[in-house]
Amino acid sequence: MSVDVGIWIGAFLTLGIFSFLYRDNPVYRACEAVFVGVSAGYWFVSLFWQNVWPKLILNLRDAAGATLHGAGWDERWLYLIAGLLGVMMLLRLAPKIGWISRWPLAFIVGTTAGLYFITYLQSNAISQVHDTLVPLVTAGAGRFLFVPLPFHVDWNAVFIFLGTFTGLVYFFFSVEHKGAAGKAARTGTYFLMITFGASFGYTVMSRMSLLIGRLDFLFGQWLGLLR
Amino acid sequence: MTGRAPKHGRPGAAAVGTTVAGAAVAVAERMLRIDRRWLFAFVTVAVSLPLFFNLQQHVAVTPEARGVRDAVAQLPPGAHVLLACDYDPGSAAELQPMTVTFLKQALSQRLRVIVMGLWPQGPPQADLALEEALRDPAVAALAPRYGIDYINLGFQSGNEVVIQRLGSSIPAVFPRDYRGTPIAQFPIMAGVRDFSSIAYVFNVSAGYPGTVEWVQFAGDRFHAHVGSGTTAVSAPLYYTYYPAQLTGLLGGMKGAAEYEVAAGFTGKAMTYMFSQSLSHIVVVIFILLGNLAFLLTRSRRPQP
Repeated sequence: MSVDVGIWIGAFLTLGIFSFLYRDNPVYRACEAVFVGVSAGYWFVSLFWQNVWPKLILNLRDAAGATLHGAGWDERWLYLIAGLLGVMMLLRLAPKIGWISRWPLAFIVGTTAGLYFITYLQSNAISQVHDTLVPLVTAGAGRFLFVPLPFHVDWNAVFIFLGTFTGLVYFFFSVEHKGAAGKAARTGTYFLMITFGASFGYTVMSRMSLLIGRLDFLFGQWLGLLR
Repeated sequence: MTGRAPKHGRPGAAAVGTTVAGAAVAVAERMLRIDRRWLFAFVTVAVSLPLFFNLQQHVAVTPEARGVRDAVAQLPPGAHVLLACDYDPGSAAELQPMTVTFLKQALSQRLRVIVMGLWPQGPPQADLALEEALRDPAVAALAPRYGIDYINLGFQSGNEVVIQRLGSSIPAVFPRDYRGTPIAQFPIMAGVRDFSSIAYVFNVSAGYPGTVEWVQFAGDRFHAHVGSGTTAVSAPLYYTYYPAQLTGLLGGMKGAAEYEVAAGFTGKAMTYMFSQSLSHIVVVIFILLGNLAFLLTRSRRPQP
């Protein structure tokens, strides 16, 4: 069994969170509050010492020092604009002048949109379409199950093409889903269902992994029962 | 069963059938009323038992995991690789084994590893992984040194903007390492300018910012070779990037175990896999039983 106080605190908090599986209780709520509080505190301290202090305060201090020693304009004074935008954002807490916070928000939204406009188009549209449009049939001997074919079929590509095409048909609402369009849309729903099922399966796996990690911590690091 | 036997056919057969069906329905109804805490208990036992007996199972390596291994294996000694740890302790069970294995493989190949994080808790996790990797005999034999063979540059806020700026200048984004020492003092950073100096980027991601941003900015914009290790929840979203935009993809604990097998460094993920599989079996059995019970009792439910 561990003699580390930190491990004991971790074990107590883990058991406290697990106690919710039995029923809601004050210990669980206390552990939850501790988790939320510690997370917020960690983020605040981390962002202050790794952003506000080195990037804003130290840079402005150095810029002031350089200017006072006659170096003239120092580009680090530009950090004042970032600092000002940060202060404007905090004005949201003052109801009467809260509207000022919209300016830095507009700046963030504008720069993010500009940054992502081309990137998203390239990575999530053009590249994806390009990778879907691969040759389905190529020259050379192929095989379908046990039947030899005079050409090679990339069944994986065929499957992806079918899934992409029928999935897009399902979301194409300008045509009524009847006849061929209806059949394609229905096929698209099957692909979508399989996709959602795979996502759900992965989610279950992820949650189980977290449970395994916690139990390994309790039995191994805390109680020392595991080899 | 105690009633009079019918005049035709086997005596009591219909009554026996009715009774068996009734008993099955009664059992099904009881199953549907079972307290969910019993399911939690079953899953806990299924997860715990393999840990005590250190059971391991065969894990087949998929092309996605082999892609990460091969991308690292083909790099020449001395090449710089960037390890971006974008996760926190909450996802460590899945992602920490990937980080450890990547470090073991890279350091045992005498690659120069530059660690960073877009999540504040990433660099501390990387430090823990480094401690474990350095204890591996294959790595320890080479005695890698901080600042020469590996370095931890720490956290930098700014999400995707940080990646964008790394494409212009890595020293400008990280003028100091995790402990506050100017990076100019470390031989490993000599000649490191931008992504053109980095032979491979491996991102361990638990969400945003993470693999999507590394693919979009480092990969597609600056043409860096990017591989990803990610939580199982995120993995289905990233499969669309493989193999054109990602050289390899490790999804959840299964991906971590595959990478351990492929790279030849068996670790935590392989130890956990039996628990993972057993817990899945329990879940599947309960899903089947639940559906069976639902179907058996459906006729007795009030129709809407």
